[in-house]
Amino acid sequence: MTILEVRNASKAFGGIHALNDCSISVEAGKITGLIGPNGSGKTTLFNVITGYEKVDAGEVHYDGRTITNATPNKVFAMGIGRTFQLTRIFPRLSVLENMHVSAQRHSLRGLLGGWSRSNERQRALELLEFVGIAALKDAQAGNLSYGQKKLLEFAFILIAEPKVILLDEPAGGVNPTMINHLQSRIQELNKQGITFLIVEHNMEFIMQLCDTVTVMHRGTKIAEGTPANVRQNPAVLEAYLGD
Amino acid sequence: MITARKYGKPVGLLALLGVAIAFPLVFSDPTYTTIAVFALIFASAASGWNIFAGYTGYIALGHAAYFGIGAYALAIICQRYNIPGGWEPIYLIPLCGLIAGVFAIPLGAIALRTRRHTFIVVTIATFFIVQLMAFNLRGLTNGSTGLDMPIPFQWGAGYQGGNQSIYNLPFYFTALALTIVALAVSWFIRHSKYGLGLLAIRDDEDRARGLGVRTGSSKLSAFVISAIFAGMAGALFAYFIGSVQPQFDFDPLFDLSIALMTFLGGIGTRAGPILGALVLEFAQQWLTLYFTQDGLYLILYGVLFLVVILLLPRGVIPSLQELWAKGRARGRIGPLVLPVKTPVMSAGTTSPPTATRMTGQAGETAHEEVPR
Ligand SMILES: Nc1ncnc2c1ncn2[C@@H]1O[C@H](COP(=O)(O)OP(=O)(O)OP(=O)(O)O)[C@@H](O)[C@H]1O
Ligand SMILES: [Mg+2]
Repeated sequence: MTILEVRNASKAFGGIHALNDCSISVEAGKITGLIGPNGSGKTTLFNVITGYEKVDAGEVHYDGRTITNATPNKVFAMGIGRTFQLTRIFPRLSVLENMHVSAQRHSLRGLLGGWSRSNERQRALELLEFVGIAALKDAQAGNLSYGQKKLLEFAFILIAEPKVILLDEPAGGVNPTMINHLQSRIQELNKQGITFLIVEHNMEFIMQLCDTVTVMHRGTKIAEGTPANVRQNPAVLEAYLGD
Repeated sequence: MITARKYGKPVGLLALLGVAIAFPLVFSDPTYTTIAVFALIFASAASGWNIFAGYTGYIALGHAAYFGIGAYALAIICQRYNIPGGWEPIYLIPLCGLIAGVFAIPLGAIALRTRRHTFIVVTIATFFIVQLMAFNLRGLTNGSTGLDMPIPFQWGAGYQGGNQSIYNLPFYFTALALTIVALAVSWFIRHSKYGLGLLAIRDDEDRARGLGVRTGSSKLSAFVISAIFAGMAGALFAYFIGSVQPQFDFDPLFDLSIALMTFLGGIGTRAGPILGALVLEFAQQWLTLYFTQDGLYLILYGVLFLVVILLLPRGVIPSLQELWAKGRARGRIGPLVLPVKTPVMSAGTTSPPTATRMTGQAGETAHEEVPR
């Protein structure tokens, strides 16, 4: 079953066609990889899905609904969480406070209530433990290392209990031990039913983790299939070697 | 050690409160109490301003509009309803704050359509519009002549020559109460989910919005809350001075003052704006007193400010906190253990986060230790 689908999306920045009639689909409960050379439009596709950019043409469907050009908060509330290629955490808040920001409660009681003593805090601590940065809970988030920031962003997406998680280069700049750790965490969450769409340049990471891989080049999809198939696809090889 | 930490803060606060209550009784010279009243009025306004500007990071420089609206609201109400003076105008101060808050809703909504630098310019513009109205809506405001306030308190045998040390007391304690309320509201907001949303807006507004923080209503409500405090400060100020006039109650220097006070004490902190207001107000009065030559005190004031900005760029409170944390970390870990990396890793227990900048080596260590 397809849970997330982009149909014929186009997006231009000035003269650059970041997305050019691009269609991709993501199967529910699977881990889908999204690869492609630099500038092929992967991040733009994420932005379009999550509402951070509007499409010039095309549609985005999620879970039976059209979410084309919905606002980021609506998309997030519907259950699509994302991380950013260059992490976007709240640098002057503590690690724990970062966790609480994304666990929003909209009742007046929820808003005016404290957050530090609730079961939400318990959950936040569990998730920090889960990604492996619980020891840093009181540290100022801006002082974390690059890899730790990535883990924090991952953790604070999880607290909102999304159904689909889009990760933009989760392994970029992260050391090998931590990459293995991250990989096992993603697999664990996937077993619990969370769907993943992952952009990553680390081929080993993608090949080990993903059920299917979609390849983009110049703003459009050029191949799709199992990791092994994609690896041998001549069009893919050409996209990476060409330019 | 643990008990000292747990009870240290409330005991410290109670002691401060005791000092604040005793101050006008010990230093009953009206010269001091008058300065203290102004200092506390500014402290409450700065603390309220900080709830919006400090927490959200939007620097609003038009709050003099709400200060003035609060002042005029009290003057107009007293005149229309023949309020005799005494305590009654003081009871009306919260209402005047609310009136200022009502004005802040549309003005804030307009200004908040913009961000950062444009926002600052728009708030300044809204201030001048309101000031212009105060000059020109003569039927309501009596133009540049202004309005008189009722005579405050009879027991001081009047404003002139009477026992001014007693005269100042009700104003002093009202200003103190306003400051305490502002501090309490700041504290409450800082510990609420709502306040966390405001801080998230300060760090990355779009990201916060994307994570479900209601950025629009959060910003506007914080703006209105801060305007209410400005309005209450204005009303008390006007009653203390005894009259309202457009050039004094709609004074662009007001915003400069509360912004400087907040930055000096530490923007975004709870105690910072109050500390800044007390220090600056007393410093200013002292400089005016001892350097009577016109304008000289302004130069000294500026120099003082530059020194502080250069030496303590984040304000007094955060800088002190950092120093204190560093001192504590050093005291606990001890110089002999310092070269070992492990204590730095368990940052949560050995030293407060401000002391450990988790960059470079410490961060790398963390990498390796985390995934086990
Ligand atoms: N906001 C923007 N303004 C202008 N051009 C943009 C913008 N965002 C993306 N682009 C351009 O669109 C193209 C696709 O960029 P995108 O970031 O989607 O690539 P990517 O596949 O994520 O690349 P990488 O692997 O390097 O992260 C690039 O040429 C980029 O310069
Ligand atoms: Mg990218």
